[in-house]
Order: sequence, then structure tokens, then C-alpha cells
Amino acid sequence: MSIGDVLLYFFAAGAVLGGLLMLVARHPMRVALALIAAMLSLAGVYAMLGVHVVAVFQVLIYVGAVMVFMVFVIMLLDVRDASFVRRYGHMLAPGIVAGSLLLVLLAMLAMPGDALPPAPAASGSDGFLVQPFSVAFLEDYWLHFELTSVLLLAAVIGAISVIKGRGRGDG
Amino acid sequence: MDRAQFLLMVSMLLFTTGLLGVMIRRNALVMLMCMELMLNGVILSLVTFAQHSGTLSGAVLVFLVFVVAAAEIAIAIPIVMQLARQRRTLDVEAWRELKG
Repeated sequence: MSIGDVLLYFFAAGAVLGGLLMLVARHPMRVALALIAAMLSLAGVYAMLGVHVVAVFQVLIYVGAVMVFMVFVIMLLDVRDASFVRRYGHMLAPGIVAGSLLLVLLAMLAMPGDALPPAPAASGSDGFLVQPFSVAFLEDYWLHFELTSVLLLAAVIGAISVIKGRGRGDG
Repeated sequence: MDRAQFLLMVSMLLFTTGLLGVMIRRNALVMLMCMELMLNGVILSLVTFAQHSGTLSGAVLVFLVFVVAAAEIAIAIPIVMQLARQRRTLDVEAWRELKG
């Protein structure tokens, strides 16, 4: 087992541990920090897999933009309410039962007894360098790229209308 | 268990943990963050399959999921802030009369 494999298992264990900590942490800020730890561990997993583009964007977009936004909102909305003290709602028991059932089902689907079918000969991380990825993105998937900009525009307009529309009603 | 199966197992664990968090937690912001954890699990499985099959479609999908996650959080945070401003709480139990 090489040092890369050891680091891969280490980061994967860190991601799962961060996810489990999110379930038991009391304050939302601690949940946010656990989620940031899980996302950074996943970025480490992607880097160990050789998918450096996804690792960089995981850190830049998720940790750098989304989670910083979330941490700011947690600081803005620092109201001491009941959800900080009582962590779990009335769905605790059925949620745990349904979650473990789903996990068993997914594990049965992914573990057919033997390994996955072998990858084709063109496998490897060569396709994940920046240049082939960018060429494929803008030649084969240009329509999706443009639709993404439409989605972002709709999100911006939606966020503004949510703030403005409701803010006029209750001051 | 080879490496792809191990990573799929990790992605399933992350997805199930996120789903469990959405179901059992009471804080609206914590539920949002658990949704982000579910998205991260899906992204890990996409990367695993893309690397296993040696195609680029999975990586392109990962970037689309990144954009959708950013858009989702940009919409969801103002909604949660409006909810918290109306009832002065982040507890979803205060919104039990919502249907559907």
C-alpha cells in the first residue's frame, strides 16, 4: 500500500467523520465547521485520485464561496432559540430507521460480490487535466454551459425578488 | 473491495448521513448544510465513475452540480432569512402548518 493509498483512506475517513459530526453537533457554527472539514477532506480525496481540477474547484467554490456565505448567515442570525438546545425533531426514530434501510439497500446495490467491471483501456487521470477537460467542455457541452448561465441569472433574480417581495410586506 | 467500490461506499455514507440530517435535525440552516453534504456524496460518486470509465462526462456533470449548488444556496439562504425574520426562530417546528 503506497503513501497515496494511505492518504486516500485517511481523507475518506475524515470526510465520513465530518459528516457524522454534523449530525451530533449542537450549534450551527460547529455543524458548518464539520461540513468544511468534510469538504476539505473530499478535496484531498480528489487530489489523491488525480482529479486536480475538481479538487481545486471544491476548495474554491464550496469552501471559499458557499461555506463562507453560510458562516456569515449563521453569524447574522445568531438567535438563541429552541433548535439550538433540542437538536432533534420528532422524526428522529423513523429517520434513523429509514436512513439505515437506505444505506443497506445502496450497499447491496454496489456490492455485487465481486469488483466493478474493469475499466476500458483509455482509463486513467489523463482526461482530467485542464486542457482536455476545457476542450470537451466547450466543444461537446457548450449548450449545457450556456444553460448554466441562464440558471445563474434566474437564481440571482429569484434571490433579489425573495428579499424585495417579502421585505415590503413586513417592513 | 477495490478502490472504486470503497469510494462508492464513502459516497453512500455521505449521502445517507446528509439525508438523515435533513430528516432529524430541527435547525433550518443545519438542514441546508446537510443538503450540501448529500450533494458532496453525489459528486464523489460522479468523480469515481468518471475516473473508472475514463470519460469526461462525469467531470462535466460535476461542474454543473457545482453551479447548481451555488444557485441553490443563493436562493435558499434568503428564504431562510425571511422565515427567521418572520417568526424570530430557525426551528422548523415553528412552521408545522406548512403543507406539502
